[in-house]
Amino acid sequence: MEAEPEEAQRLATEARDRVRFEEDALALSDQVYRVARYLASSREDADELMQETYARAFRSWRSFTPGTNMRAWLMRILNNLNIDRGRRQQRAPQMQPLEANDYYLYDRLAEDGDGVSDEDKVVERLSQDDIVTALSAVPHDFRDVIVLVDLGDFSYADAAQILDIPVGTVMSRLHRGRRILKRELAESALEEAT
Amino acid sequence: MNDPCAHCEEMMQPYLDHVLTDEEMDRAEAHLAECVDCRRRYRFEESLRIYVRKAVAEEMPAELRQKLAALRIPLE
Repeated sequence: MEAEPEEAQRLATEARDRVRFEEDALALSDQVYRVARYLASSREDADELMQETYARAFRSWRSFTPGTNMRAWLMRILNNLNIDRGRRQQRAPQMQPLEANDYYLYDRLAEDGDGVSDEDKVVERLSQDDIVTALSAVPHDFRDVIVLVDLGDFSYADAAQILDIPVGTVMSRLHRGRRILKRELAESALEEAT
Repeated sequence: MNDPCAHCEEMMQPYLDHVLTDEEMDRAEAHLAECVDCRRRYRFEESLRIYVRKAVAEEMPAELRQKLAALRIPLE
């Protein structure tokens, strides 16, 4: 009989912790979505992936360690589900994408714009569509890292943990991925100009 | 023998990511202080990163927000 109040107390504490966990996770959903949108291959996939991720997170909330990075924890679930669902195949090596040097895009845009010297103006010669299309054209392995680090503000270490790859691989894929992105941007911007 | 602009180009991404060693940072900054072209290209890269973030930032649909909230496990 004496155990009863203790058990009730334990259940109440657990319920409170769970509600807090769910609220914290939901408060991060905008940030998680921003990354999910480009890890998934379409808006519809991102929508489903978010729901699967949150359903799983709510079921396994006990495995989250309070005080650690919840956004990275949710993202790891999301990435694993994305791979499990085969939406993003661990594909055979693909053709090596062409990458330009880091200055290539600026040089092409600047030379094409009669030597415009204001860097912001040079950037604005790229349309939003150019950027979305170019990012979509970057192969997944490289894009995932760009999306996590440059759009999602994850550290190299978090990105490595989420993707289950070494930090050095995150760095090299990021470096190359940004160059591939710039090459794609240069191509679309120059196509429009001709 | 080493082209300083080519070296500076190699240093650009790690510089903007703040992962250079102090020595590499000093070297990059010394070159940037005297090379207008590299300075412009660095500024362009910074603007580009911000611009890309803005261009691809998509709001989560309100419907999805509701669906996620509905996934919460009801209290007994």
